Amino acid sequence: MSEILRLDGITKRFGPLVANDAISLSLKPGEVVALLGENGAGKTTLMNILFGHYTADEGTIEVFGRPLTPGQPDAALSAGIGMVHQHFSLGDNLTVLDNITLGTESLWSWRHDEAKARARLAQLSDDFGLSVDPDALVGALSVGEKQRVEILKALYREARILILDEPTAVLTPQEVDSLFETLRKLVGKGMSIIFISHKLHEILTISDRVVVLRRGKVVAETATKDADRASLAEAMVGRAVHLPKGTPMDPGEVLLELNNVSVSADQGYGVLDGADLVLRRHEIIGLAGVSGNGQQALAALISGLARPEAGTMTVNGEAVQHTSPGHMVRHGVGRIPEDRNHVGVIGEMAVWENLISERRRDTPLSRSGLLGFQAIRSLASDLIERFDIRCQGQNEETRLLSGGNVQKLVLARVLNNNPSIILANQPVRGLDIGAIAYVQNTILEARSNGAAVLLISEDLEELMALSDRIQVIYHGRLSEPIDARDVTAREIGLMMSGQARAA
Amino acid sequence: MRLEPRTSTPAWMIIGAPVTAVIVALGLCAVLILWTGESVWQAYFHLFKGAAGSRFAITETLTRATPMILTGLAAALAFRAKLWNIGGEGQFYMGAVVATWLGAGMVTLPAALMVPFLILAGALAGGLLLLLPALLKNVLKVDEVVTTLLLNFVVLLFVNFLLEGPMKDPMSLGWPQGPPIIDEGILPGIMAKSRMHAGLIVALALAVLAWAVMRFTVWGYEIRAVGYNADAAGFAGIKVPRTIVLTALISGGLAGIAGVGEVAGTKGYLTLDLSPGFGYAGIAVAMLAALHPLAVIASALFLAGIYVGADSMSRAIAVPTYIADVIVATSMLCVLVSIMLTRFKLYWRG
Repeated sequence: MSEILRLDGITKRFGPLVANDAISLSLKPGEVVALLGENGAGKTTLMNILFGHYTADEGTIEVFGRPLTPGQPDAALSAGIGMVHQHFSLGDNLTVLDNITLGTESLWSWRHDEAKARARLAQLSDDFGLSVDPDALVGALSVGEKQRVEILKALYREARILILDEPTAVLTPQEVDSLFETLRKLVGKGMSIIFISHKLHEILTISDRVVVLRRGKVVAETATKDADRASLAEAMVGRAVHLPKGTPMDPGEVLLELNNVSVSADQGYGVLDGADLVLRRHEIIGLAGVSGNGQQALAALISGLARPEAGTMTVNGEAVQHTSPGHMVRHGVGRIPEDRNHVGVIGEMAVWENLISERRRDTPLSRSGLLGFQAIRSLASDLIERFDIRCQGQNEETRLLSGGNVQKLVLARVLNNNPSIILANQPVRGLDIGAIAYVQNTILEARSNGAAVLLISEDLEELMALSDRIQVIYHGRLSEPIDARDVTAREIGLMMSGQARAA
Repeated sequence: MRLEPRTSTPAWMIIGAPVTAVIVALGLCAVLILWTGESVWQAYFHLFKGAAGSRFAITETLTRATPMILTGLAAALAFRAKLWNIGGEGQFYMGAVVATWLGAGMVTLPAALMVPFLILAGALAGGLLLLLPALLKNVLKVDEVVTTLLLNFVVLLFVNFLLEGPMKDPMSLGWPQGPPIIDEGILPGIMAKSRMHAGLIVALALAVLAWAVMRFTVWGYEIRAVGYNADAAGFAGIKVPRTIVLTALISGGLAGIAGVGEVAGTKGYLTLDLSPGFGYAGIAVAMLAALHPLAVIASALFLAGIYVGADSMSRAIAVPTYIADVIVATSMLCVLVSIMLTRFKLYWRG
């Protein structure tokens, strides 16, 4: 059968930046097309144009043979296009049913026919094996369930083309499997899917055809059966890339020890429940877990934001009770925060200001309260060069730097203190492959030089490649450490969903 | 319509934007003047003449600008730390009250010590008044916009009580006014046949000092960091609550000094109408100056000129003085838009 969706020569410019450069893309009924590309390659821009959030500068879109009015999300919806965003657009304080029917009824209708909506939802749930409780509050659902609600929302609106933007970013391996099962069912019933991702193995599993974007252009288009990881990775990045892998080292003395440490929700960082952790010199412990299971509390604890309410925390041999971020920095803890743009740096301040933020009170960066500009300038230019921070100079506002360069700035600030303990919380999330390799290599190097590293990540591949031992966090509890070399992603996945490891 | 962040802003734009904004504001207000049936040129001519057209006009504008520079600095510094101090009026009066309490005979020192003593005491009073909302914000997360604003009315009623009771000048023939500040405590005049006093020099010096503190010291760095992003500042080890308390003491102190200057410099005794809203005007001054301490000087001079000029304009032609408030408000809006345009590029088509 012919194409049901046709994007032809879509071009979109933002100032001097060409986000989409004459992109053409088509979709056949029952087909899964994967859109592969690094951050900033133009995937999201293209989908926003399709969905009417942006208007293309050039190019046309046809859906089921009819041109799509540009710039109107309504038009895309009524033409049968549904989109599941990476960040869900659901109301947490509404029920599943309300979320799904929201916006489908006229504002002027007197009452809404709940029974009918309920029956229809039940029918859809049955047909596609998407079970959810229609009366549950969305805020109480797990991430996987929320995603199901998003898909049901699209189905309820009779979408025949479904766009999924990075749908697996927040799922456990098991949830990914069940999502793929659902997608196959949908395709079986004639749904066409555009699957946006930068995870190669997922794309190879689920798609029929792969379109690779790089710098706003289509650089490769191939049937999935003719593609392999290496060729796709190379097309995506433009060169061959090898991500680093940790090699085992002999661990040294204990640098950080948590003994039955608890943090309650009152401190505002989630719950940590009786955590035991022993981190040694020359060692990387990877913390696996679905987000929201206590990683934030553990990270806040080691960052000095949260204090241990029960149990003991020992940092470099010294018990820590009343802590603060400054205290942890002075005691040799380097902290790479999860949200680099809003916690790691102050976007409105200059690069040099962010580079000195942890050491602003140390001589010679300041003397008796006066900033020592000469020392600051030379430190900043040294760090910018050593860590290859691409900026227009140390006075540039940090918000204007790319994600990778912001992370390099944070790394520079942290490593310049020669920390003996490094907390790396999602250090490569959202970075492109080049920057990922750089950051991971830097962390491995710091560990070779004698640091102990706690690596928190939701990417199991990353954890398994870098860590010596892995601990899984679930509902605020830490598992026993497992040797990273004799465990599979599947086993960790099971532990991430709360099941004990088979002996 | 779409906004995109600029990667860099040329210097001419940073200087030119507020100037253009003020010109646009004057243009907009011309419509209102036309409505009164008077000539726009006449109105603005008289306004300018009243503000800067003679030696007397200039000294009056400078006298009026003196407390506005100080309350403007108070707002600018606090707003830099995102401490929304709307209580400049109350802090102003606390400064004036303490200056009256100590300066009307309770303490007598030689003038060289008495004046600095009163200024410091007033600064402390203003600072302590803002300490309460700052602590409430730190500990209980109480919105300081509400607490500082409401404290203004509390303080005003307190001043009313004082002037009707314990602080009423027995020689005032029944008027609710405070006893005169003793001669040693009076801020010396700085120009013959004018009301200008040493407070102006203090205000200018403090503006330069505030600029230097913000730019060259660790304190200034921390205040700016907390204002831009308290989460990131706290993560980097800056003690956010302490920085807010410090900012509160400085900000309230500056507004308190403004009160001392008016009671011990311009007027000589405390009354309920000592301030025609200097505390609130400080907010406008700070916004117009884009929170830059040195720009506060220019901004306070401009606003003082508008108010002083509008008075004399309304005497010359039939345009009410209220036009001054409209010009100030319109200027503020225009400056806010212009600041946004220096940071973002505007595209009319998506």
